[in-house]
Amino acid sequence: MQDEPSPIELAKAVADFLRNDISPLISGHQAFKLRVAINILDLVTRQLTQEQGSDAAEVERLRTLLGVDGSVTDLNRALAERIARGEVDLATPGLAEHLWRTTMDKLAVDQPNYASYKRELGRGG
Amino acid sequence: MIEAELSRSVQRWCNGATGVTGAAKLSGGASQETWRFDIVHPDGPIGAILRRSPKGYGAAPTRAAGLAAEAELMQLAFEAGVPSPRVMHVLTPDEDLGTGFIMQRVEGETIARKILRDDEFAAARPILARQIGGVLAGLHKLPQGKLPALRSRGATQEISEFERDYRSLNWPKPVFELALRWLRDHDPGPSAETTLVHGDFRNGNLIIGADGVRAVLDWELAHLGDPMEDLGWVCVNSWRFGEIDKPVGGFGSREDLFAGYEAAGRKCDPARVKFWEVMGTLRWGIMCGGMMQRFREGPDHSMERAMIGRRASETEIDLLRLLAPRGG
Repeated sequence: MQDEPSPIELAKAVADFLRNDISPLISGHQAFKLRVAINILDLVTRQLTQEQGSDAAEVERLRTLLGVDGSVTDLNRALAERIARGEVDLATPGLAEHLWRTTMDKLAVDQPNYASYKRELGRGG
Repeated sequence: MIEAELSRSVQRWCNGATGVTGAAKLSGGASQETWRFDIVHPDGPIGAILRRSPKGYGAAPTRAAGLAAEAELMQLAFEAGVPSPRVMHVLTPDEDLGTGFIMQRVEGETIARKILRDDEFAAARPILARQIGGVLAGLHKLPQGKLPALRSRGATQEISEFERDYRSLNWPKPVFELALRWLRDHDPGPSAETTLVHGDFRNGNLIIGADGVRAVLDWELAHLGDPMEDLGWVCVNSWRFGEIDKPVGGFGSREDLFAGYEAAGRKCDPARVKFWEVMGTLRWGIMCGGMMQRFREGPDHSMERAMIGRRASETEIDLLRLLAPRGG
């Protein structure tokens, strides 16, 4: 077991430092790059916070949908192949719900300000 | 310094020009660069843009039409009254500037978010969707006999190419698979009419002023194909920059776009436009994957490129909104 503070806390501390102490000091292209860097740290923090829970739920749904077991990567590959072969499609019970849930969980990490995501969140997540 | 070469160049073809000032690189990847500069002239400075592949980067990527074709197309568009910069000069090898061309600089804004939010463009925004319809109609009417040699691409070939690009990423994405199936099931086949297709006509590649569209830029993906492709691409949600209820670049409605297109004497096919919008959404998603790959393997190990990889999920939610919309 590793010691604390946790990676989430450490990444947040760096992001806060860059945002509060460094941002006001620079301008132009370097300021743009700094914003990208802060966005990356924020994304990493969201992923560290949410990934475990969303991956576990995704694996559960994929097991039910596919009737097989495996890692989240293996199961995604298996689902992709079944859709490509036409064995699974939007008429398959549970597929649309699964893809929506999975995609919403990805946007929550990648781009929580994306307008389509915010609109769909308003429909109940 | 590029100003020395540019000065020698302009003195050869621009009557009265004595040199150039203010050369600044606006954008540039490894193989293509855009520079702005002013030609020094007794009648006053002339704003100009250089678009070039530096020496040693002659070969265009497979999908690109090439800078020589781009120059010809822009000039043809200009002569036909399609908003386009006038091409002033095509570079020759002895000028030591690489391959490319110099065009008139058109003043205005290209940054999509500014066009969608700044007061300066408030009067233009409501008319843009219809105006874009008219501009696209003009572009699709350019006489085919005068066009440079261009690749020809229909829907069926494009699906296969995107599928190949996607599979080469080894990046299993169930939503992309679903989109590929949908595209195959809805492939409209060859279009009744083949025209020039701009290939990257969208908010971000247009110079906009208070009066509307001033110039169409970035013709590098021009090809022959289904004219509805351009109408679908301009509606892809990624180019609405948050204004998701205004499909045409965040400016306005499909109805306005179609009305502008038909008022200029051409017919729309909304089902084909929808097909190309789905195709375009997937296309941008796969391009995000390509950026991720170049970040990992290539010389461009930048944070920006890495983060574009994380934008593929935006196209996944947009594909779901198109193909499996939820109620409400």
